[in-house]
Amino acid sequence: MIVKIISKNFDIEDSHKLEVAVKHGRYSSLKKLFSMSPDEVTEEVTKSGLRGKGGGGAPTGDKWKLMPKNHPKPAYLVINADESEPGTFKDRQIMEFDPHLLIEGIINSSYAIDAHHAYIYIRGEYVFWAKRVNEAIEEAYKAGYLGEKVGGFDYKLDITLHRGGGAYICGEKSALLESLEGKRGHPRLKPQQKEPEWFFGGPTVVNNVETIASVPFIISEGFEAYRAYGTECSPGTMLFGMSGHINNPGIYELPFGTSMKQFIEEIGGGVKGGKKLKAVIPGGSSCHVLRADEIDDITLDYESLKQHGSSLGTGGMIIMDEDTFMPEAMKNLFEFYHHESCGQCTPCREGCGWVDKILGKLLKGEGTPKDYETILSACEMLNGKTICVFAPSVAFIADSYLTKFKEEFDSLCKK
Amino acid sequence: MSEFKFNEQNEKKFAELLTRYPDRASLSLPSLWMVQYQEGWISEEAMVYLAEKLNTTPMDIQSIASFYTMFNLKPIGKYNIQVCKTLSCKLCGSEEIRSHLQKRLGIKFGETTKDMKFTLTEVECLGACGEAPAMSFNDDYVGDLTIKKIDKMLDELK
Repeated sequence: MIVKIISKNFDIEDSHKLEVAVKHGRYSSLKKLFSMSPDEVTEEVTKSGLRGKGGGGAPTGDKWKLMPKNHPKPAYLVINADESEPGTFKDRQIMEFDPHLLIEGIINSSYAIDAHHAYIYIRGEYVFWAKRVNEAIEEAYKAGYLGEKVGGFDYKLDITLHRGGGAYICGEKSALLESLEGKRGHPRLKPQQKEPEWFFGGPTVVNNVETIASVPFIISEGFEAYRAYGTECSPGTMLFGMSGHINNPGIYELPFGTSMKQFIEEIGGGVKGGKKLKAVIPGGSSCHVLRADEIDDITLDYESLKQHGSSLGTGGMIIMDEDTFMPEAMKNLFEFYHHESCGQCTPCREGCGWVDKILGKLLKGEGTPKDYETILSACEMLNGKTICVFAPSVAFIADSYLTKFKEEFDSLCKK
Repeated sequence: MSEFKFNEQNEKKFAELLTRYPDRASLSLPSLWMVQYQEGWISEEAMVYLAEKLNTTPMDIQSIASFYTMFNLKPIGKYNIQVCKTLSCKLCGSEEIRSHLQKRLGIKFGETTKDMKFTLTEVECLGACGEAPAMSFNDDYVGDLTIKKIDKMLDELK
């Protein structure tokens, strides 16, 4: 089941050091890369079907194609390393064990979109990983893989690592750019038509760490080699994570289309303590929760999870055993969302707090029959009335807990 | 004029960073980090100083510093313990860990011990779900926490 495309070098000793990384194939894509035109690189990535791995799953090539040609301002590539979605801890593995893969991916991708400066926006808490990536960047500059002539070719590229300050919302790409521009991390209004992102007025692509780390393989091996893994609509592989009530928590690289049940049982080693499975959050806390009886035919790809009323998200699965009391789990997540709402839009700032408060009241044994409806109506207010998708996704997940585990909420709503 | 000043190393770093962004406004977060590493926290004097450096107002700097949870707007203890309270850690027993830490240090979340040795905070997901329950201890992560492991760690500090 497990494959090694991105995680190929993870187990090698000192794989983060340039010398070892180069010995194991890092920067080997550059020769082929610079023999291609930027458009050819974009085309290759488009054909590979690579999709964004930060949660949205948007086709990477299409994103790159939105970049205007000959824009008067410089273009930028921004790497989203603000991994803060509960249950998600995959990008840090790449930064810890193969930072040069990330740098190689940045070179590939920047060349494709004609950017000469890339920024890595890393969450503030990842101090160790920020140091690790910075050391790798320094090594790469010294060895000539970054700077005036990347790898000896006629292409200039700088990379700057930028540390966040502890704000979940900065994982939203427009909030990330606001933060990178030195402001509060408030998401921007979405344009009506498709266009790139903007950093100080320069056209910008924002991609997740893992997405960018997938590019060197596609360029050096060709799009067909990437498509040999995964499914027709979700080609390639992804770093899937497991945490919570599971025997072998961790990050595993799997081709898309792997059976979820098999993943939990065979690789995850089943539920901790031999207990029964109750629920799974498939890809970070902002996905619809799934009951154990729903997962039998789910495969780990965007389409299958969508069909089952959830989403693949970041691939960070949270496993819950039979003893988990779902209103408590939901309360825990609402404390998170209440705390992390950026505060820009009133429905989100207030609404997340209201739901959190009502859940607290229920768990204290002070629930009334009206409360269930009140939560539902608060969630309706959260949906579709805010600048970014934070509030709608909160409403969406609340709905999944309330309907799928209604009897548990009902037991609290009776006085 | 404020009394706070970057030390030589940070002054140099600031000048270098100026060359790496299209606009100096971007330097607000890196500068706040430099202040925090230099002083341990971000004082009003430091904000006035940064406002001058970044061609903006002290209020602007304060609004940024107060938005991001990692910036300390008052002095904190020598050891900064931040325990994760989000779902994966909760499922793996963080509640027990959290109440033990409060008991052992004799303070509640959000407080600092009188001798300014420990500051204890609850934080949202650290991205350490695979090693839950987890906390950050100053700049490092400590995972797979047990009461025994915490006690051993704290004993060794004394």
